[in-house]
Amino acid sequence: MSAPATTRPAAATDTRVLHFRDVAKTFPDGTVALEGVDLDIRRGEFVTVVGPSGCGKSTLLRIASDLSPATSGEVQMDAKRIGYVFQDATLLPWRSVLKNVQLLGELHHMGKQSLNQASRDAIDLVGLTGHEKKLPRELSGGMRMRASLARSLTLDPDLFLFDEPFGALDEITRERLNDELLSMFRAKRFGALFITHSVSEAVYMSTRVLVMSGRPGHIVGSFDVPFGTDRTPELRFTPEFAALAGEVSHALREGHS
Amino acid sequence: MTTVRTHRPTSTPTVEGNVVTDVVTGTEQGTEAAVAAPPELIAGGTAPLVRRKRRRGGKLMDIAAPLAVFAGLIGLWYAVTYLLLDPGRRFLMPPPQDVITEAFLDGPTMEKIGEALWNTIQVTFTGLAIAMVIGISWAVVMSQTKVAERSLFPYAVALQCIPILALVPLIGFWFGYDFPARVIVCVLISLFPIVSNTLFGLQSVDRSQHELFTLHGAGRLTRLTKLQFPAAMPAIFAGFRISAGLSVVGAIVGDVFFRQGEAGLGILLDNFRSRLQGPELFATIIVAALLGIVTFIVFGWLGKLAVGRWYDTSRDAA
Repeated sequence: MSAPATTRPAAATDTRVLHFRDVAKTFPDGTVALEGVDLDIRRGEFVTVVGPSGCGKSTLLRIASDLSPATSGEVQMDAKRIGYVFQDATLLPWRSVLKNVQLLGELHHMGKQSLNQASRDAIDLVGLTGHEKKLPRELSGGMRMRASLARSLTLDPDLFLFDEPFGALDEITRERLNDELLSMFRAKRFGALFITHSVSEAVYMSTRVLVMSGRPGHIVGSFDVPFGTDRTPELRFTPEFAALAGEVSHALREGHS
Repeated sequence: MTTVRTHRPTSTPTVEGNVVTDVVTGTEQGTEAAVAAPPELIAGGTAPLVRRKRRRGGKLMDIAAPLAVFAGLIGLWYAVTYLLLDPGRRFLMPPPQDVITEAFLDGPTMEKIGEALWNTIQVTFTGLAIAMVIGISWAVVMSQTKVAERSLFPYAVALQCIPILALVPLIGFWFGYDFPARVIVCVLISLFPIVSNTLFGLQSVDRSQHELFTLHGAGRLTRLTKLQFPAAMPAIFAGFRISAGLSVVGAIVGDVFFRQGEAGLGILLDNFRSRLQGPELFATIIVAALLGIVTFIVFGWLGKLAVGRWYDTSRDAA
């Protein structure tokens, strides 16, 4: 992957992009999915929510992106553009990698020239150069997810929402994509809200880890991750990493019981 | 863009990405017969959306086995002609060589058949083209709102359930017995598979893909042209293929019934039958069958051309 060409001015990095205050969500069938959720994300923050299946983690993203409204509370989204990365790559099977990456720019009526430039840069950033003409069915799961990331990157979002994007991948691919996503984060300094149920992935990726507990989903713990932005795979094997992952796991178990 | 959304507790939140895999909604209208099966099955065709890989090493058998069946059928034909029928009644089923020498190699007969074939082809494809336009429009309207689907789908099913043959006299009564009336028969008979397959295809889009479009502010038209139509293409072509075959049937049925205007294969069949011209009758039947088969193959091929790049149509390969 190539080094970032541009870095954002420092002033822009601490703009708040997402604000939740006492947010709750009740489904029509009466299930309370979320209750009393407070959350603030600024640019340059990578916030991960870790929790058991069905605790309402994904609902958080759906509310943040306005795919599904909150039942009560205040939601404020200050991002000009959001990137939403789904559990599966959601590529259109009839479009080539390049055409898939260009889709969002088309939907936003981006100029042809800037879209071409943005797509090339994004494809380069996720390491898919040379695969532009391939169809999704010719790609591996990891490559599909890269194409999906590149698609969102073309919009240069201030806020990135990730709904367990690497959950279906094998561990090796997943760890590599973790590193690649981190270097994108370093390059672009967007705000990120990342959903996962892997504690190790959460600690490795984030500047802050939130632990969620289910029914109704609420946040039971918040951990600042002090490892800076330059992280290498070796970090996973340091005592500090293990200690923090242990604390997060503990909070997860406490919240679950 | 700064959006502030403050929410009070409200009643039912709407669910975005209105993806319905259950295409058949005519339940309350009492169309149980149709509800039981997916639309391709109602249409009597093959299920278009099932992918299956061809086994390796079966190439020879793929050709040899159907040929063996063909040889068996010809054998059966000979058996009926020579063993079952006494010479006086052999005109009921003339042997294959008579069909070839007395009809296929007979200039005037083939001229008649060729002319009739051309008329039938014109009726078939005019009807099919009109059915495509109406069928796709109908499905697009139904795909837009639940209400439209609920109000219009039962009539598509009704169209399928009414024996079109029963309507043919009425069609002649209203529209005369010429080209337009024949085309109308073709349209009626070939409409349903296009309607149901197109609707099924338009609704086959994944929920998350719809959400992607919702997130990025896509309107109905964009969603239709960039997402739903491309996704529906395999199903639409499967519908075309079934309907093309039905349209051939419609053209011949209309012809047999109307017995007026420009003679197509139907009229010719009836003429040969009434004159006890066995070989000619058989030749016409074979030509009609070939028309149906060729149409089916051509539409299978067109479908492969349109979507084969990304969609595995090997199951449909004729």
